[in-house]
Amino acid sequence: MSLTNNLSTSMISSSSSAFLAPTSFNASRTQSVSVPLKSLNIVKCVATPQEQQIAYKTKVSRNANIAKLQAGYLFPEVARRRAAHLLKYPNAQVISLGIGDTTEPIPDVITSAMAKRSHALSTLEGYSGYGAEQGEKAVRAALASTFYGNLGIEEDDIFVSDGAKCDISRLQVVFGSDVTMAVQDPSYPAYVDSSVIMGQTGQFQKDVEKYANIEYMRCTPENGFFPDLSTVARTDIIFFCSPNNPTGAAATREQLTRLVQFAKDNGSIIVYDSAYALYMSDNNPRSIFEIPGAKEVAIETASFSKYAGFTGVRLGWTVVPKQLLFSDGFPVAKDFNRIVCTCFNGASNISQAGGLACLSPEGLEAMKEVIGFYKENTKIIVETFNSLGFKVYGGQNAPYVWVHFPGRNSWDVFSEILEKTHIVTTPGSGFGPGGEGFIRVSAFGHRENVLEACRRFQQLYN
Amino acid sequence: MYKLSACCSMSCGISLPPKMILASLRGHKQGNGRCTNVPRNVNLEKLQNNYLFPEISKRELQHLEKYPNAKVISLGIGDTTEPIPEQISLSMANYAHALSTAEGYRGYGAEQGNQVLRKAIAETFYKDVAIKDTEVFVSDGAQCDISRLQLLLGSKVTIAVQDPSFPAYIDSSVIIGQAGDFQDKTGKYQNIEYMQLGPQNNFFPNLTITPRTDIIFFCSPNNPTGHAATRKQLQQLVEFARDNGSIIIFDSAYATYVSDDSPKSIFEIPGAKEVAIEISSFSKFAGFTGVRLGWTVVPEELLFSGGFPVIHDFNRIVCTCFNGASNISQAGGLACLSSEGFQAIRAVIDYYKENARILVDTFASLGLEVYGGVNAPYVWVHFPGSKSWNVFAEILEKTHIITVPGSGFGPGGAEYIRISAFGRRERIIEASWRLEKLFSMGKSPLLTV
Repeated sequence: MSLTNNLSTSMISSSSSAFLAPTSFNASRTQSVSVPLKSLNIVKCVATPQEQQIAYKTKVSRNANIAKLQAGYLFPEVARRRAAHLLKYPNAQVISLGIGDTTEPIPDVITSAMAKRSHALSTLEGYSGYGAEQGEKAVRAALASTFYGNLGIEEDDIFVSDGAKCDISRLQVVFGSDVTMAVQDPSYPAYVDSSVIMGQTGQFQKDVEKYANIEYMRCTPENGFFPDLSTVARTDIIFFCSPNNPTGAAATREQLTRLVQFAKDNGSIIVYDSAYALYMSDNNPRSIFEIPGAKEVAIETASFSKYAGFTGVRLGWTVVPKQLLFSDGFPVAKDFNRIVCTCFNGASNISQAGGLACLSPEGLEAMKEVIGFYKENTKIIVETFNSLGFKVYGGQNAPYVWVHFPGRNSWDVFSEILEKTHIVTTPGSGFGPGGEGFIRVSAFGHRENVLEACRRFQQLYN
Repeated sequence: MYKLSACCSMSCGISLPPKMILASLRGHKQGNGRCTNVPRNVNLEKLQNNYLFPEISKRELQHLEKYPNAKVISLGIGDTTEPIPEQISLSMANYAHALSTAEGYRGYGAEQGNQVLRKAIAETFYKDVAIKDTEVFVSDGAQCDISRLQLLLGSKVTIAVQDPSFPAYIDSSVIIGQAGDFQDKTGKYQNIEYMQLGPQNNFFPNLTITPRTDIIFFCSPNNPTGHAATRKQLQQLVEFARDNGSIIIFDSAYATYVSDDSPKSIFEIPGAKEVAIEISSFSKFAGFTGVRLGWTVVPEELLFSGGFPVIHDFNRIVCTCFNGASNISQAGGLACLSSEGFQAIRAVIDYYKENARILVDTFASLGLEVYGGVNAPYVWVHFPGSKSWNVFAEILEKTHIITVPGSGFGPGGAEYIRISAFGRRERIIEASWRLEKLFSMGKSPLLTV
């Protein structure tokens, strides 16, 4: 039986894991363990069904930072709801426009390169063990010339990774717990969650739905989804994603120039998430480094996930310019390199072979086609909601459509849509209080599913 | 094949010992760069040197620059050299091809890993100890898992490590803020408990004199000493953890190298599920050092002091700070665990073990004190009264062989050299021959003590 068959039937995400079920300490352990009763905290665990079992506890305190997190990470939550819905309606044709997961096959030119590298690993000449933690030289060089050619970013400013989400946490480890950060509101949840985990924040404040110590920069239709910087307090780090997940907004050159100036004036570091840069239709900057002076204030993170369908293959990169210095003059890149060497061991060599193929002329052309396909999906979704009279944002420069449901609770709208149309979306409040009243519809999907979804939206809202 | 650290491309005083190189870079303003007002993370300032293995790579490069025609043999970084068995790379190639088809394409996988693979890991390695597939978290390798575990545990826990030990435990502890300041006098970080190991205590710490810490990192078979803890020793360790309410993080990356009946998993010890996490890797098992695949087991029974299950928090970290191991690597992992694949891998492991045997014989025949090499692909050689960086340099200079100085693994390694047994057979034999030449006939001052 082919092994690919084994794997293709699985892919049950964390939604169906046992983690959400209450842990049953009384699970079928028939072993009896006797423990010396040296302290009141340690008790015997005996598997007698009728008696109440007292579970052994270590004396290690739970990390108070993790305890601050309010719920599970957003996307496993959405996945859980989807799975619960499927249990309720086993025959429903559920359409997922929730988690931004790519659906179209990876172009041949790219997978052939990965297959070739895999085969080579079985040969003497082709076998390679540990690669450079910063990434294979050829990949770094190709990234530099493809994306940063005339921007003065060099090969050794680029660190190849297993994806932007992982890089965000590694950056947090570099920064440590004593820095303050600002995020757009709404924003991709990993910035806030990683900040909480790292200990940079205070407690979650239920009344405002914000963590103490994080500066939330409200982005709304009223301010064109660009924060009013005159009202933003100084923080050490500013996370900024453009084109934006979830709003789809793309910052203009003028706006980014202001952002860079703001960072310069405040001595802050921008962490610029450019994961959707190639979805840009308008003539906006695709890299923060297009803005003069950005190299002294910004880090840029990016990913092959949404360009090449590498969501499962795992490949991304982060640019840390040599010119970026901490307040004592120490180069940030040196610390990032140290983290990369100590807390990571490089992206998979096979994935990197795929990445290199992505950056060949043929690969770039092929990626452009797939991106174009998702952009067409986006157009269809935008048109649908427009025609239904909704206020619709995004969709022009990103594979996300941001639909306004004024006055409504976004988890309620999410549930209603799921219940009535069997379509999974993502509730805006999952991205921060600024997302309340909005739904994010992602444009990844097979064309027929997107068309069917739009038919169902028409039915529901007409 | 060696790793290049970005530090190599930046100019540093290459003739300086590592610590001074870093010091010379502090406060260094580059060109016309202006500083931000963001303070550097004080924990990173506490790190004394570069991470050990890029440092070794750097030395190798420097040596090659000095002797461009030298046939350098790398017995330093434990990097696998033998090709991956064909059926395994074939399954990865097939999986890659399938990603180009509608039926075979897959996007995001479960962050905890592919369910079939998790089951296979549980069944292959933990069948007799009843670890469930839901307790297995697939990763991109143990080094990454160690840091994720540190993120899980946070800055307020205390740790103990074996001394000597794999440097990632200490370095990640410093980075996360647990370790306190480095003390030059002792060569130790203030808040870390170093459990000394040596021939005098049969490479197992004297737990009666070991103070309590929250976490105990324990690697067996051990990198760098090669010692595999006995069942009795591990029982003592589990009892020690239970008495102290501590959590053992058991690194079993070399379990498949065990030759005798030493335990291959901490969970073979009764009671371990309530006190231990186990990390492991496909790196040295299947030659996946570049492919990147590993796993961590967090039993459901493992609870924090307030009763909260550790597994819930680890899952949260995995979902938030990680996005799963590469699906292609996981396909390869599954193939490794088929009976055919496992058999083929065994042959490669045996190849490296034979290398280790040759190296052990070589050193033993030279009258040197040699340890390890039986249950692990590392040979640990004692040069009493020496400084290990000097021995490293002498061996490199005179035989063009890269090793790893024991002090890179902690003060307990000060007089030792680690020789790794990964390499082509002919290189191992050539290396043995060169070492024989160096150490016999009294040619080396290292043997005068």
